[in-house]
Amino acid sequence: MAVAISASQRKFERVNEIIQKHNGKKSALIAILQEIQEEYRYLPEEILTYVATAMDLSPATVFGVATFYAQFSLEPKGKYIIKVCDGTACHVRGSGPLYKSIRKKVGLQDGKFTTEDMNFTVETVSCLGACGLAPVVTINEKVYGQMTPEGIEIIIEKLMGKEDNQ
Amino acid sequence: MVQKINSQQILTDAKNSAIERLEHDSIRVLICAGTGCVAGGSLEVAAAIQTATAGDMKTQVSFIEDGCEGIAVKTSGCHGFCAMGPLVRIEPLGLLYCKVTVEDVPEIVEKTIKKGETIERLAYRHPSTDEIYPVEHEIPFYKNQTRIGLMNCGIIDPEDLGEYLAHDGYQALAKVLGMNSQEVVDQIKAAGLRGRGGGGFSTGQKWQFALNEDREQKYVICNGDEGDPGAFMDRSIMEGDPHKVIEGLMIAGYATGANAGYLYVRAEYPLAVKRLRKAIKDAEEAGLLGENILGTDFSFKALIKEGAGAFVCGEETALMASIEGERGMPKPKPPFPAQKGLWGCPTTINNVETLANVPNIILKGVEWFRSLGTDKSPGTKTFAITGDVANTGLIEVPMGLTLREILFDIGGGIRNNKEFKAVQIGGPSGGCLTPEHLDMPLDFDSLAKVGAMIGSGGLVVMDNETCIVEVARFFMEFTQNESCGKCVLCREGTKRMLEILQRIVDGEGEMKDIDNLLDIAYAVKDGSLCGLGKTAPNPVLTTLKYFYDEYVAHIQDKKCPAGICEALKGYSINADKCKGCSKCARVCPVGAITGEIKKPYKLDQDKCIKCGACVSACPFNAVEVG
Amino acid sequence: MNQIIINNHSYELNGEENLLKIIRKAGIELPTFCYHSELSVYGACRMCLVEVEGQGIVAACSTAPRPGMKIKTHTGRLQHIRRMALELLLANHNRECTTCERSGSCKLQDLAERFGIRDIRFGHRDQMLPVDESSTSLVRDPNKCILCGDCVRMCREVQGIGVLDFANRGSNVVVTPAFNKPLAEVDCVNCGQCAAICPTGALVVKSERPDVWKALQDDTKTVIVQIAPAVRVAIGEEFGGKPGDIELGKLAAALRRLGFSKIFDTSFAADLTVMEETREFLDRLQNNDNLPQFTSCCPAWVKYAEQYQAELLDNLSSCKSPQQMFGSVAKEFYAKEMNIKPEDLIVVSLMPCSAKKFEARREEFAHAGVRDVDYVLTTQEIARMIKEAGIIFSELEIESLDMPFGFTTGAGVIFGATGGVAEAALRAAYELVTNKTLEDVNFKIVRGMEGIKEASVDLNGTTVKIAVVHGLGNVKALLKKIRNGEVQYDLVEVMACPGGCVGGAGQPFPNDTEARKERAKGIYRADRMLQLHKSQESPVINNFYKEHLEKLTHQELHQLLHTDYGNRRRIASGEITLTGNGVEELSVSVCVGTCCYLGGSYDLLQNLMQKVEADPSLAEKVKIQATFCFENCKGSPSLKIGDEIFSKMGVEDTEKILEMIRSRVGS
Ligand SMILES: Cc1cc2nc3c(=O)[nH]c(=O)nc-3n(C[C@H](O)[C@H](O)[C@H](O)COP(=O)(O)O)c2cc1C
Ligand code: SF4
Ligand code: SF4
Ligand code: SF4
Ligand code: SF4
Ligand code: SF4
Ligand code: SF4
Ligand code: SF4
Ligand code: SF4
Ligand code: FES
Ligand code: FES
Ligand code: FES
Ligand code: FES
Repeated sequence: MAVAISASQRKFERVNEIIQKHNGKKSALIAILQEIQEEYRYLPEEILTYVATAMDLSPATVFGVATFYAQFSLEPKGKYIIKVCDGTACHVRGSGPLYKSIRKKVGLQDGKFTTEDMNFTVETVSCLGACGLAPVVTINEKVYGQMTPEGIEIIIEKLMGKEDNQ
Repeated sequence: MVQKINSQQILTDAKNSAIERLEHDSIRVLICAGTGCVAGGSLEVAAAIQTATAGDMKTQVSFIEDGCEGIAVKTSGCHGFCAMGPLVRIEPLGLLYCKVTVEDVPEIVEKTIKKGETIERLAYRHPSTDEIYPVEHEIPFYKNQTRIGLMNCGIIDPEDLGEYLAHDGYQALAKVLGMNSQEVVDQIKAAGLRGRGGGGFSTGQKWQFALNEDREQKYVICNGDEGDPGAFMDRSIMEGDPHKVIEGLMIAGYATGANAGYLYVRAEYPLAVKRLRKAIKDAEEAGLLGENILGTDFSFKALIKEGAGAFVCGEETALMASIEGERGMPKPKPPFPAQKGLWGCPTTINNVETLANVPNIILKGVEWFRSLGTDKSPGTKTFAITGDVANTGLIEVPMGLTLREILFDIGGGIRNNKEFKAVQIGGPSGGCLTPEHLDMPLDFDSLAKVGAMIGSGGLVVMDNETCIVEVARFFMEFTQNESCGKCVLCREGTKRMLEILQRIVDGEGEMKDIDNLLDIAYAVKDGSLCGLGKTAPNPVLTTLKYFYDEYVAHIQDKKCPAGICEALKGYSINADKCKGCSKCARVCPVGAITGEIKKPYKLDQDKCIKCGACVSACPFNAVEVG
Repeated sequence: MNQIIINNHSYELNGEENLLKIIRKAGIELPTFCYHSELSVYGACRMCLVEVEGQGIVAACSTAPRPGMKIKTHTGRLQHIRRMALELLLANHNRECTTCERSGSCKLQDLAERFGIRDIRFGHRDQMLPVDESSTSLVRDPNKCILCGDCVRMCREVQGIGVLDFANRGSNVVVTPAFNKPLAEVDCVNCGQCAAICPTGALVVKSERPDVWKALQDDTKTVIVQIAPAVRVAIGEEFGGKPGDIELGKLAAALRRLGFSKIFDTSFAADLTVMEETREFLDRLQNNDNLPQFTSCCPAWVKYAEQYQAELLDNLSSCKSPQQMFGSVAKEFYAKEMNIKPEDLIVVSLMPCSAKKFEARREEFAHAGVRDVDYVLTTQEIARMIKEAGIIFSELEIESLDMPFGFTTGAGVIFGATGGVAEAALRAAYELVTNKTLEDVNFKIVRGMEGIKEASVDLNGTTVKIAVVHGLGNVKALLKKIRNGEVQYDLVEVMACPGGCVGGAGQPFPNDTEARKERAKGIYRADRMLQLHKSQESPVINNFYKEHLEKLTHQELHQLLHTDYGNRRRIASGEITLTGNGVEELSVSVCVGTCCYLGGSYDLLQNLMQKVEADPSLAEKVKIQATFCFENCKGSPSLKIGDEIFSKMGVEDTEKILEMIRSRVGS
């Protein structure tokens, strides 16, 4: 049951723990952001500002690092994160059409990567190092090799079905 | 408490007892737990075999004459044959089962484990000859390989230090600690080991530079960023034989006078990170890492840094910036890392595979190493063969093998018996090789001559249904996305080259685009700050050289010979569907469609301007694109 | 043999740290965008490439010379690279030179001209990014940025702040404040040093010329102008003169021709500041109260302190800056005297500075909506207005300033260079404390371009320790030392710009160290040329105290000449709204942090979104947001309605939640 507690200012306790764990060292910034992203599933602006302040860095520098590396997301992602490998091996084996069909299947509009209902995020990644299985798709860390548009549609339908049953 | 291995003697003892322990297991079942096989469900298979062989199984084993002492079920690293995964290897029979599923487990237990029988159904079947190869090293894919870096991959349990020790683990380190730094550097120089990370620079020379620097604090770095899309040898080594990499790094540290080393592993390799972490922890607990290693003055600390998704961080100065917690933007060289690297200290940076070669060179000697490969490029090289080839996977062969030997003898030829068109070697910074290069030896220098490079060893095979212009566009898109954006030529030049290539595949190219492309390409190649930009034009330059006609076809004839480029696909009328209603002919603005009522109509592609009117006009969906 | 061969000629090496220096000494003007001797080497623009025999193409800015090197500076390959780099930069550039603030002083324009680039084959900039005009002091146009990073390094390395940095990568790289926020919403202190170093029109000081023209043309307004010390030694540069030439007389003549009704001197107010600040200092010294005292006449430094040094705010002198003192005095007394309503008296400042524009707009410095200083023009801006009016500056006869506020002592003038404020205060403090006449007024020890200068002065047996610091990066370092107790001072003069105001962002280009040194020399020359060198000797000041200030209550005096400081937040931020347009009365946030995600918060989020969207009475009143961890992970999934956080809210609770929402919005 729901208990109402009064909303106090966020104290960023978890963030603090993470920063402390790395002794607030600047060289650990990337690792710190990685752990924060694991915790929050993305890098909220407030937290990045907080991290900058706590580590005595400029917020612009932290923003610069966060936007440099592909792993980081500054926006919340969907429940299912579908990554289509677009490395060379996967590309020559048809990752392009695969990506398009996935976007269509989950109903993504042009220029968007996360569905409106926050259910799916679809993105491309560079080589996952499983090129022998090209083309490769991962959904929330699970790896699917030798995928076809038909195959992935079935998987996505299953995930969607799971949604509707609830 | 684990016993500390703090002397040469204890190391030897530990090795012997590990061998004993391994020998105790009369049967070893090794299930591949590399990324590929895990994706195919190998962990479930491993669990099923584990359960099925628990209890008093060994009493039921009948094929081992003097009685089975134990059955070990272990997970291994990647065998390189990922397309056939999940793979299960059964020792001492040397069998390799392919595409194993949980359903196959009872049969494997009943027939193979208990009775020693081969299940042909699970053995590798050659796609063209249909011949069956149950034993791993007899499979043509493996038969023509010489494995040094990959030696232990698929053979040992990477999470078990003992198994590494049993396979001469840390013996090279022990040997090195009896030499002085200069002697170690001299050995590596004499062996002629060249960097496997792309540049092919002499490793011994590089170590010498760092050794020459008279500074208190120095670092060594293992470059496990492996950004080349289509290559995964470093991943396999780190996942399958992590201690080997650490040992190599320690030797580099000892040789250059560094007491700390970083292993920089790319973000996409969580399993490699996990394995390396475990290996470091185990080695530390055993006293093989830390203070006064093997009772000597040598102390060494190994640290892991995870990348966060940036190809350019494979470049050494960018990598160091990334370790320091910054944007991975390369810095001008000089100063070179050997003089001013990590935090301004002399730093040696080597590729995973380079380091994995080091222990073997130390143990087996310079002569042995030089007996492999060619004079200028001694040793072996791993290649990731992917794309339109029958046996995709990871192989290791002596340097100087020809492309033909690799693609056809080991790779099993082009998939579905199509025609070989080209192979992209060295990823986005490399170039493409064509049928005319099939008999060229693959080594650093021969490749450089034809404008390609070995790079990390990615070989992406393309059949004649691949559009080479589209591939060039793809690489340019890759480099443009991965460019750090620091220097003008790379940032803006790749952007404009990509624009031009995109225009060409969209059917909007003009002949002057080719001149412009070349004009930018040379400036970018000469003027960029780091290797990424300097090599970014390679795919364009080589494809323009070998497939000029294909560019022209796209530009002048508005045709994509491979039939890939959407915008250049032709229209045609499917005679089976066409009812001869004439609607299409009537809407066609250029009169490209002709025919007689009630008979299939014909579309003249030369006249057609691809306006699409006929497609919408046809009530029977008989006008097709492609 | 310590020779190097450049284009087949041999030159002697003399400890140059990079090839660029020796090549330039050899009389070859290698083009550069990203090299500045006071910043770290970046190596990005690739304009300085040269060919070194045996080594290939290298960047001259980052390569150390070695004896015997053979260098070529303009081979075909190199010229091809340079032309291509320029062409590529221009292709991605919003080329609108005719209307660009930097036209005429722009390096990109200059090089395009030098290389005769006439044809740009690669199209135009494909995406126009919004121009940031939020700041009171600067305009940032990313469409003209060539990503040389000069501003980034300037703000980080010299100013120690790092407001700007690179974001994204590849062709999406931009130079931007954190989170692409407007400059006004981040920790920029408006010093404008970034604009002073920017080679293009991507960062420029905001212009107020149109407002001033309008005021000048408005008959109902009386427009007076104050000229800051540093302007007089730089304005000449805009008209063919050298840095350091003192052109106050011609400037006064030009200003009269432009239509300003009175020409006054900020140095007068500086004299006033010296008096107030020195008394305040002596007070504090006596009571050992809030020492060291920091000067407060640099608004960039004041904002910096408010943002980062909250604990030091009591140590700042409460004195307004000379610009603002002038404004108060003008609106309070001069307006009355002239019988003009304060809103009809327009006070314009000529400043070397971009931060002064911000200062003039601070709330504290306005009364009933009327600002004490209405407009601030930079040296560059006023030069442009003079040109615009067709006034031929070089041919003007010099004229004098108006009285009384045109009168100044040398103490008020040296404010324009680093060390000047401290020196002026010392000239006053010495006499006020010792009652003796100071014979040698020159405290040379606090002059010069060294980042941190220290001096000890004996005031009647008390040794007063002084520090003079300029460049906020140096300030940051010094403050750290002070906090750690490594050093102790009684008085600290702080100027945000390297060199002090002579190097302000409103000064003419090139605004480099060389020019700043020369201008500083000009400042001290101006001091020497004046009759009086001590503020306390100024008859105008003394008279002003007698006639006006001494009649005020303490409260009123404080109001007039002093101010207070407050803590300032560095950066503003917000959450991600999924439904609604932000004007709704109730916000409902669902946590999408990992704990809550695992607990099923996404399902709840979707369900709520659907239900709320489907109910028009709710849809217009409720906005739904996804947010990160509420730090209520034990109670995940967490939900926030208005200000209340609810724990363990699953999909099955949707109806209950909707009830709660309805009861809160009363529908
Ligand atoms: C853009 C770029 C990417 C690179 N990526 C890698 C990489 O992923 N792995 C690697 O080992 N070397 C990479 N390199 C080469 C490294 O900079 C460096 O030369 C190498 O790690 C040295 O090791 P080696 O001498 O053992 O080959 C890359 C170079 C460039 C310019
Ligand atoms: S060449 Fe490309 S990747 Fe390398 S520094 Fe320049 S922009 Fe960055
Ligand atoms: S696409 Fe247009 S031009 Fe071509 S055949 Fe059809 S109608 Fe005619
Ligand atoms: S419209 Fe369709 S069915 Fe009719 S003639 Fe054309 S292709 Fe044939
Ligand atoms: S920044 Fe320079 S090149 Fe660009 S529009 Fe302005 S003056 Fe012209
Ligand atoms: S220089 Fe050329 S483009 Fe510029 S204003 Fe003159 S005519 Fe026009
Ligand atoms: S004005 Fe000053 S503080 Fe603001 S961005 Fe520029 S250099 Fe930094
Ligand atoms: S704003 Fe100016 S100084 Fe800053 S990177 Fe862009 S062009 Fe260079
Ligand atoms: S030092 Fe002078 S010019 Fe620079 S910001 Fe401060 S007041 Fe303005
Ligand atoms: S290219 Fe897709 S996994 Fe390597
Ligand atoms: S992952 Fe199993 S063979 Fe590569
Ligand atoms: S000045 Fe040398 S690269 Fe820019
Ligand atoms: S994850 Fe939702 S409250 Fe922490």
